[in-house]
Amino acid sequence: MTLTFVLNGHPCTAEAPAHWTVLDLLRDGLSLTGTKDGCGEGVCGTCTVLADGRPIRACLVLAAHVRGRALVTVEGLETDGRLDPLQTAFAERGAAQCGFCTPGMLLAAKALLTEDPAPTAQEVREALSGNLCRCTGYAKIVEAVLAAAPGRS
Amino acid sequence: MAYRVIGTSAARADAWEKVRGRPIYAGDVAMPGMLHGRIVRSPYASARIARIDTRAARALPGVAAVLTAQDVPRNELRMELPGRMAEATAGAVLATQPVLAADRVNFQGEPVAAIAAETEEIAAEAADLVEVEYEELPGVYDPLVALEPGAPEVHEGGNVLRRWHLRAGDVTEGFRRAAVVVEHTYRTPFVDHVYLETETGLGWIDAEGVLTLRVSTQVLEHFRDVAEILQLPHGRVRLEGAYLGGGFGGKEDVTVECLLGLLVWKTRRPVRLVFSREESFIGHGKRHPYVMRYRTGATREGALTALEAELISDSGAYAALSPWVLFYSLVTATGPYRVPHVKVDATTVYTNNPVASAYRCFGSIQTCLAYEGQMDALAAALGMDPLALREKNFLRKGDTLATGQVMETEPMIAQTMRQAWAGLGERRAPGGPIRVGRAVAASFTPYGRMCWTRDSASAWVGMELDGTAVVRCAAPDVGGGQTASLCAITAEVLGLDTDRVVAVGRDSHFTPRAGTTTATRQLLMSGNAVLAAAREVRRHLVAEAAALLEAAPGDIELADGRAFVRGAPDRAVPMAGVVRAATANGRPVQALEKYDAPWAPTIDPVTGQGKAFNDYTFGSHALEVEIDEETGRTRVSRLVACFDAGLVINRASAEGQLEGGAVQGLGYALMEEIALENGVSRNPHLLDYKVPTSLDAPAIETILIESGHGLGPFGAKGLGEPAMTPSIAAVANAVSNAVGARMTELPITAERVLAALRSTT
Repeated sequence: MTLTFVLNGHPCTAEAPAHWTVLDLLRDGLSLTGTKDGCGEGVCGTCTVLADGRPIRACLVLAAHVRGRALVTVEGLETDGRLDPLQTAFAERGAAQCGFCTPGMLLAAKALLTEDPAPTAQEVREALSGNLCRCTGYAKIVEAVLAAAPGRS
Repeated sequence: MAYRVIGTSAARADAWEKVRGRPIYAGDVAMPGMLHGRIVRSPYASARIARIDTRAARALPGVAAVLTAQDVPRNELRMELPGRMAEATAGAVLATQPVLAADRVNFQGEPVAAIAAETEEIAAEAADLVEVEYEELPGVYDPLVALEPGAPEVHEGGNVLRRWHLRAGDVTEGFRRAAVVVEHTYRTPFVDHVYLETETGLGWIDAEGVLTLRVSTQVLEHFRDVAEILQLPHGRVRLEGAYLGGGFGGKEDVTVECLLGLLVWKTRRPVRLVFSREESFIGHGKRHPYVMRYRTGATREGALTALEAELISDSGAYAALSPWVLFYSLVTATGPYRVPHVKVDATTVYTNNPVASAYRCFGSIQTCLAYEGQMDALAAALGMDPLALREKNFLRKGDTLATGQVMETEPMIAQTMRQAWAGLGERRAPGGPIRVGRAVAASFTPYGRMCWTRDSASAWVGMELDGTAVVRCAAPDVGGGQTASLCAITAEVLGLDTDRVVAVGRDSHFTPRAGTTTATRQLLMSGNAVLAAAREVRRHLVAEAAALLEAAPGDIELADGRAFVRGAPDRAVPMAGVVRAATANGRPVQALEKYDAPWAPTIDPVTGQGKAFNDYTFGSHALEVEIDEETGRTRVSRLVACFDAGLVINRASAEGQLEGGAVQGLGYALMEEIALENGVSRNPHLLDYKVPTSLDAPAIETILIESGHGLGPFGAKGLGEPAMTPSIAAVANAVSNAVGARMTELPITAERVLAALRSTT
């Protein structure tokens, strides 16, 4: 099937077999390997991407879902060579250790901050609770999201 | 001494790549003509393979290979570190495992066939078409049962894999002197590492005919295992280490390497092999379950007199690293305390459960649950403050461990405990159905290998003509910042900014051998090797600069990317100028150095006496739990971790180890368990095997003491494993404090808490 959608701000047309998930489309079809596959069953959150601004589990959603939507992956967080404040905060505050959960975390956090530019620590924890991290104990991730929240500075 | 780079929280170079989602992991690269691997695994924990028929699978269009045991040139994987581990084995350790099971399977998930196909879908379909006829055999699923006479034998020769013993003083006499004796049996379950990246590798044959594997591994030296099973010269197999999506010891043993190597070698095409999450759960080594019977005695004044312990660990179906994990338990069995009379007997036992092997803390976390549980139990029996009791017995400089090893520097254990406790602040008032409990756990954990293994690491540092430095060192980066720390050490020594130092990867053949990223050894080993190489490079640079600036070498300083004369900063030359001059004079600026860990003889196999490890990291957790009396639910509300880091290389990385280790421990303490039924996992999925989320993790305060006592660069110790060690004991002690009964079995589920609450009312 042919899919037309907006990928990281640019119009995109891609061919995909009907059984492909969004994750297959991104990693295998479009070579965007920033989005990770951690469990393939929608639990770990490493494959989180944004569809029309909302976080989805790319491993569970069929590729056909992206038709006509705007998709944002970790590769699209940068604008004109400038990192998103979340990316900078994650790097500077040690929120990325092994880095495997990082892309999904960043997008879950991006969705939160778009909706609420000044969340509390507890609200950050709630928003990220579907994204597992085994390295950081979440402390520096929560810190980084709070530091990048535009309404809190 | 003031450092410019060391001790700061400078962002790591790899972090900038990671936040961009750039491909740095083993599964992120595809090759033209690449095949997809798939493993057929046993659904039974104990069975005979009566027949394997691969014809239908092989006939499926798009299938390139369906391999079974007979296709493996030497179907025997040996669980040994190069030539060194056998030294300490008194008896014969059966430490081999087939790559593909031939006529019998010993655990659920054991590989039986390996497939390579044009697509993942075809590979999966082919796996379904492999017909394996199994005849189930009696198995043994409890290590205590496995020790009984007449128990089914997992391997010929009995189910005892290895025993270790520790003897100090006279334990009978020690208990005679005790005014109080406490006795408890502690139990811990099988748990999984749950790194977010499952076991992954890509392999191909390069232009020189060298089998090359790009793998997510903590051990590049596994190229030898691949060469051995394929009967190739070791030089014909090369391992390239990708950044790992987490390791925690689970990528210390061979994971995909041999299966992947086999598929590539037989098909002569690139192959990618990625374990599914379910395969990861059933297919790699777990943490050992332990049963630990402890008796501890003390005088009325609280001086420990005797400790007797029996440790039994479940090795699962194969040996893997079980004897060595158990050895760490033996050495740490007494905790960081002076105990004059000690008797410890430790046994690791074969069962048909999942293979158990390395997992962060490597046998020193289970014992911490026991020795720290005993300290709180003793304090209660004596009516003493638990902190005061510990302080009275902590090891001090000049004291000896039960193994006879003398503490050569002051263990900072009392400081870590006191500071962690102080960090908790005021006790939360209980309210409604909420009970509040708090406790400490003090711990010690070795960093670096056992002394007798003659551990060694090499590293190369060189200067480019533009004045940048390159570090070559085959130390896998599991995400803890191993590579960035090596660059920071180099930058510090050479007076460069960290962005002027580049590490060029981790490769078994292209970078000097640095050994494994395990045993909390890389900062000690590779850190010291890089430090030595950087200092040698510095000596070259200083000599060249002295000539250029017509000054004495002793007056040359390197800072801010240039060399200058001390006291006359205008007499300076940029680093690039120094390097160009040296190169023009036929003296390229580079050095290959190695670091050898101090050696000591093998410990006595009968008494456990000897110097087992060169040094230990000491640290404590203090934490507060809130328990809902009605539901039994436990929430850790606050946690303070305090460790003597020796010296902090990167502050954010060091804090990150403490935070991550603590939360991984909370999962182990409260929620994680591989639920087995006759060796078969009932929860090989993240839906059913729960790990802590951001809502389970408490606010964490980290305190890093810098004694300068470590054997690593600039006096650093290791933190990776030690960071987790006190966690489960601190939780168990805090819950015990809240419910008024000793919690001795993990995980401390709501059911267990409710049962404990009922037992006390």
